[in-house]
Amino acid sequence: MNAVNKQKTVFDINKIRADFPVLTRKVHGLPLVYLDNAATSHKPIQVIETLDRYYREYNSNIHRGVHTLSEEATAAYENARQKIRRFINASTDKEIILTSGTTESINLVAQSFGRSTLKAGDEIILSQLEHHSNIVPWQILCEQTGAVIKVVPINDAGELELEQYERLLGPRTRLVAINHISNALGTINPVRKIIELAHSYQAKVLIDGAQAVAHCVVDVQALDCDFYCFSGHKLFGPTGTGVLYGKRALLEAMPPWKGGGDMIRTVTFEKTTYNELPYKFEAGTPHIAGVIGLGAAIDYVNTIGIQAISDYETGLLEYATAAASTVKGMKIIGTARHKASILSFVMDGIHPHDLGTILDHHGVAIRTGHHCAMPVMDRYAIPATARASLAMYNTREEVDKFIMAVNAASQVFK
Amino acid sequence: MMFDLKQLYQDVIVDHNRSPRNFGILEHADRKLEGYNPLCGDKLTLYVKMDGDIISDIRFDGSGCAISVASASLMTEAMKGKTIAKAEQLFNDFHHLLTAENAEPDLDRFGKLAALAGVREYPSRIKCASLCWHTLHAVIDGNAAAVSTE
Ligand SMILES: Cc1ncc(COP(=O)(O)O)c(C=O)c1O
Repeated sequence: MNAVNKQKTVFDINKIRADFPVLTRKVHGLPLVYLDNAATSHKPIQVIETLDRYYREYNSNIHRGVHTLSEEATAAYENARQKIRRFINASTDKEIILTSGTTESINLVAQSFGRSTLKAGDEIILSQLEHHSNIVPWQILCEQTGAVIKVVPINDAGELELEQYERLLGPRTRLVAINHISNALGTINPVRKIIELAHSYQAKVLIDGAQAVAHCVVDVQALDCDFYCFSGHKLFGPTGTGVLYGKRALLEAMPPWKGGGDMIRTVTFEKTTYNELPYKFEAGTPHIAGVIGLGAAIDYVNTIGIQAISDYETGLLEYATAAASTVKGMKIIGTARHKASILSFVMDGIHPHDLGTILDHHGVAIRTGHHCAMPVMDRYAIPATARASLAMYNTREEVDKFIMAVNAASQVFK
Repeated sequence: MMFDLKQLYQDVIVDHNRSPRNFGILEHADRKLEGYNPLCGDKLTLYVKMDGDIISDIRFDGSGCAISVASASLMTEAMKGKTIAKAEQLFNDFHHLLTAENAEPDLDRFGKLAALAGVREYPSRIKCASLCWHTLHAVIDGNAAAVSTE
């Protein structure tokens, strides 16, 4: 674990809330209660100002110019990469590939690592809990290579069935791709164990950490994962930014995925040589402001401490779960022993979509639908759930408002 | 605001959601089509029986949110006995009602269907209200390819 994450900090909820301008906003005349953090999180003023400053003061392209603005932008961009590296405790900046998001990170691994190493009959293990972005890229890869997908089922609580997982592992397993925390149910998966088991079969492991980075400590070296993917926008940073961590030896061996500027060393029409890591995988002008903003988001999280955030959210989830149990007709979907601050649920006699509209009228923003995880919905034989996902800036009073709004919805459909 | 939440989920909609009319499979239907709204997972199957160019019977089944179920229920009530030309006319009028700004619902023309005008305030919900209508439109257009979804 790195030193920054261990720092002692004070968790001051009022101060945190004051840093997020949007939280003062009203919706339908009522204070916003934003409980859709698993979809995307809000941005603190520190991030907003960082973006603003970039465009006002040193907007320019990176790794290209010798002029002052370009030097400044390049330094800020590379500085953000270092912050990201420290945040997940990778051993070198070369292992931090900047992408547009989790989705692109996963596609990069599928098309570069997957396509260059998998053969017909090779096996990829996924879980029933995956987001579509950790399913479809592998299906595309299977069509290209003839590899096949195996799926780890979940139990009624929404936990992976580890015995089944062990049974699926075998000499043909090349890759295991599983999320750290499920966006649909909140289950925290035993990724350490999953990785260890996969490695005993020489299989590589990709962890989809989209839901994890803002809610628990991530240490890629302690996990020993081969790839770790996440998005900046769920970590209080800008949309259109993301990270692929990969072990250096793997990344070195992988062919480039996208071709273009920045990812080359020399180009002639006869032969092109590629740039070194991490630039080999970063073709074209990236979201420069966004990446610098993501660095600011990480600074912000570090001033609070990810462990302190995690502890606070655990308390908030317990409170919300207890409150939910008092609501007539409310059934929580996903009751894993290890859960992040996500409350997925259905209501007797009220379709989630109607619930979402009614809650919005009470100023409460939740997500309703299949959460890009249709196989999870199929598992519970429901078309959709309503989902309240909590972040560090949410409070017990907000949970109370949410519960009151759910009760009000029940009145409408009484 | 012209329509508030109470008006959206007014009694007509809650009632038609709880006890939808013309609900269930129509035996000996001439035409049948499934409509699907991936946003909320609404899945409705529409069954139509024609007598010449008159919709002699119409039923639906499936599951969906209150808006889509109530809309299908109200639509089947309104469509039974209509000629294809009249049905098309109502489809166009209703489409206008859902999408046009400030179109005061004409109660004479729409009757209980006017209850659905409130979804205008909720752009993401217009699809819920219009799902069964688009399905019917495809059915009476006799679009053979679309009709055979199974
Ligand atoms: C578990 C999980 N994986 C992947 C993604 C995709 O992230 P993005 O859309 O930012 O690429 C999400 C976001 O919804 C997610 O929750």
